[in-house]
Amino acid sequence: MSYKIAQILLLSSHPEVYEPCDDSFALVDALLSDRKHLMEHKPVLCMEMGCGSGYVITSLMLMLGDEANGAQFIATDINPHAITVTRETMEAHGVHADLINTDIASGLESRLAGSIDLLVVNPPYVPTPEDEVGREGITSAWAGGENGRSVIDKILPVADKLLSERGWLYMVTLTTNNPSQICRQMMKKGYASRIFVQRSTEEESLHIIKFWRDIDMEADANNGVTNRKAAPPGIVDSVRSQIQRLSFWGGSDINNGTI
Amino acid sequence: MRLLTHNMLSSNIKGVANGFPLRIEVEKVVEKEVEINHDFLRNIFPKIDWKALSDASRIMGYHELPEEPPEPSVLEADIEFLRKFHHALLELHLEEGALLCPESGRKFPVNKGIPNMLLLEDEV
Repeated sequence: MSYKIAQILLLSSHPEVYEPCDDSFALVDALLSDRKHLMEHKPVLCMEMGCGSGYVITSLMLMLGDEANGAQFIATDINPHAITVTRETMEAHGVHADLINTDIASGLESRLAGSIDLLVVNPPYVPTPEDEVGREGITSAWAGGENGRSVIDKILPVADKLLSERGWLYMVTLTTNNPSQICRQMMKKGYASRIFVQRSTEEESLHIIKFWRDIDMEADANNGVTNRKAAPPGIVDSVRSQIQRLSFWGGSDINNGTI
Repeated sequence: MRLLTHNMLSSNIKGVANGFPLRIEVEKVVEKEVEINHDFLRNIFPKIDWKALSDASRIMGYHELPEEPPEPSVLEADIEFLRKFHHALLELHLEEGALLCPESGRKFPVNKGIPNMLLLEDEV
């Protein structure tokens, strides 16, 4: 069964705004392939950082559609032209997200901390000289600095801050960005990850990675410190004994199917 | 920009300690009807700074929200209250105007419904 996504003919455009390309399509395909889980997940607040043409956020809103249970959407971009184009693209499709012209999530980080259930990011991932990062206009859509990681490495801690306990992040990366290293880095913050779509084009090899918080992993990464901090003493003991019973304390038996 | 987003925005200028809530300067407000969803309202309620929302709604010309936050039980039973909360949060749009940092007075313009939170180099 196919679901509604943004129509190319209805997309607005501007010479200074990145038009949807293989990376955008791969991200939307990843979201489509996970749509059933997204519906069950029932996100309350959804966000895209760096919405560009608006193709991805519009597609996301359309595919979740009337069944989204009132979910609300926020999108940001550093490029004012991109924000205008996104607004026009959304209007053409009859959907609405609140748009903010800002750098990554600047201004939203304190109040939105721990509140985003679904975050999508197609970051500027193209390896470029470092001085191209942060330039105005369309350059901001792709210039990623050394190994294409400069902006990604700024985005990841923000994503970690904004995501709710049950938050999911879908992000586009390139092989050059070293996705497995990104996954290891996120694992230290307690995220499990899975490569959702892998696609090689003539120019690049794309990976769409999904990240989600994994309590087991968090306990593992911090030797259980997080659990002990979060819960009052009485509960800690029961949590601890439970954890020991489930025997992923040592980290060797996480996927035993009992959790 | 709707008041949901206003409730989530703070002044991002370097050195500002109390950047929330941003003061609203209204030039033009538009109302756009959207379908009410009670589950969304109940889910989002704990995240909403009530005073910021009720003050902002009054500045936008809507005077139906109580100044004090309601008891959570009201959210379960009072359909009329939910409708007002919904209207203030999701149907009022600041179309033209500005947001002001409560500490520094720095003005963030809002044009065509979009707040511009971009900072100058010496503000980052």
